[in-house]
Amino acid sequence: MTREDVKISTRNLNVYFGDLHAIKNVSLQMYNRSITSIIGPSGCGKSTFLRALNRMLDIIPHARVAGEVILDGRNIYENGTDVVELRRKVGMVFQKPNPFPKSVYDNVAYGPRIHGIRSRDELDAIVEDSLKKAALWDEVADSLDKSAMELSGGQQQRLCIARTLAVKPEVILFDEPCSALDPISTAKIEDLMRSLKNDYTIVIVTHNMQQAARISDYTAFLLMGELIEFGKTARIFERPCEKATEDYITGRFG
Amino acid sequence: MNKRSWEGVKDRFIAFFFAANGILTIIILIGIFIFLAYIGLQAFHEISIREFFFGKEWNPTAYGEPKWGILSLVTGTIYIAVISLLIAIPLGVASAIYIAELASPFIREVLKPAIEMIAAIPSVVLGLIGLLIVAPFVAEIFNLPNGLNALTASILVAIMALPTIISISEDVISAIPESYREASLALGATRWQTIKGVILPAASSGIVAASMLGLGRVVGETMVVLMVAGNSRAFPTSILDPVRPITSTIAIEIKEVVQGDLHFQALFALGFVLFLMTFAINLASDIFLTWRQGVR
Repeated sequence: MTREDVKISTRNLNVYFGDLHAIKNVSLQMYNRSITSIIGPSGCGKSTFLRALNRMLDIIPHARVAGEVILDGRNIYENGTDVVELRRKVGMVFQKPNPFPKSVYDNVAYGPRIHGIRSRDELDAIVEDSLKKAALWDEVADSLDKSAMELSGGQQQRLCIARTLAVKPEVILFDEPCSALDPISTAKIEDLMRSLKNDYTIVIVTHNMQQAARISDYTAFLLMGELIEFGKTARIFERPCEKATEDYITGRFG
Repeated sequence: MNKRSWEGVKDRFIAFFFAANGILTIIILIGIFIFLAYIGLQAFHEISIREFFFGKEWNPTAYGEPKWGILSLVTGTIYIAVISLLIAIPLGVASAIYIAELASPFIREVLKPAIEMIAAIPSVVLGLIGLLIVAPFVAEIFNLPNGLNALTASILVAIMALPTIISISEDVISAIPESYREASLALGATRWQTIKGVILPAASSGIVAASMLGLGRVVGETMVVLMVAGNSRAFPTSILDPVRPITSTIAIEIKEVVQGDLHFQALFALGFVLFLMTFAINLASDIFLTWRQGVR
């Protein structure tokens, strides 16, 4: 698969929460080995959109999805989709770091274990590899048995990224991953995302427009559940086509 | 007196009122402890400690040579405690998981108060149900002449411990942050894997504390065991033997003793042992709960 291929896309995606029409007819392509950011004001449906991509909306009562989400050419909402396998392929990192109240090792090994890996050697290798990819190995190599709750917020978030990497996903969804972190931790996570881009397709929801401009290749602007504009990040930020996009990125509302 | 200083007096009075109530609770607890210990320990002027704790025979009214061994009674209490927890913990935790994790909001709203209502059943009523339904049932299954034994008592006492175990376990499980469930599901875990791998471990210390509180209830239960446990002072060797736990022994015999005599003192000593058992169990559950908060 080359860089320009579409990895995951939506076609006329609609999401409803009861009577609320949260996502309206969004069609968007997310390209392989690139970072796509979703920006927009609070309540515009960014997180909802993200959660439609790995069917995390399934666990919310009253949520209903219409339209298609196509991963590798197949609609993930068609009957017979293996949700477990889908979520393994499409990993997710949340807004607030949410490590389990377990050791660092057990956090990373959790995913591989539920997918049936039992051999200690194999788990050791996955844990080390994932923590290295998440740029956390050097800080925790000597304290893998320590509770994850004792790590700093930034370390916890990198641990959550390592935990996601451990199940060998192809797409990683980031839901405002830095909004609870200080600037130094944020910079580390951004560096990490840039390096992960070489192997994964990344979609990030962010509140922070500078962050979107810094790290992403493509940017989509959502407003009130509608896709207003989508394009290469540089183009969106330098020459937005829509008035609403320009108003938002220049800080006139938001 | 101006308004402000009156408010000040009121404030101090209210603070004093609450402090006094808090202190009163502690005084009552210590008072009971001293009272039991003071009367109970007098028994040891005449009964050897060794006989009391290790003697298997309890027969204070035997002519000429009364026996003061509490081992059979303590064993009866322990049998009922262990068996009823073996029944109540799996049942209680499974119900708590169902209510907290799986039930629809409507079922949850109905089920939780319904389970808490079990606590409102008077134990004497439960004893009647035991006599009429559970005991014949147990007798039938195990082919016994009657069903009044440790197992029957344990089943009924387990029912009494269920509301405590379910209610507290459910609170603990519901208090687990939603983010843990999301993280697990997003890694591709099924709901069952999430419960087993994340929810139960995170709730474990709370579930242990809930079970300890249930245990405290079980050990102190008197009426049901008095009615259905069989009341035999013989040392029980099987869970199908009739037993006479500490509580029913005290309840039966306290009516027959002369206040202040040796038998009277011995029953207080027995009560003191029971109090220490329940106190230790409650203390342990308290330590568990605090420890859990420390971990978070």
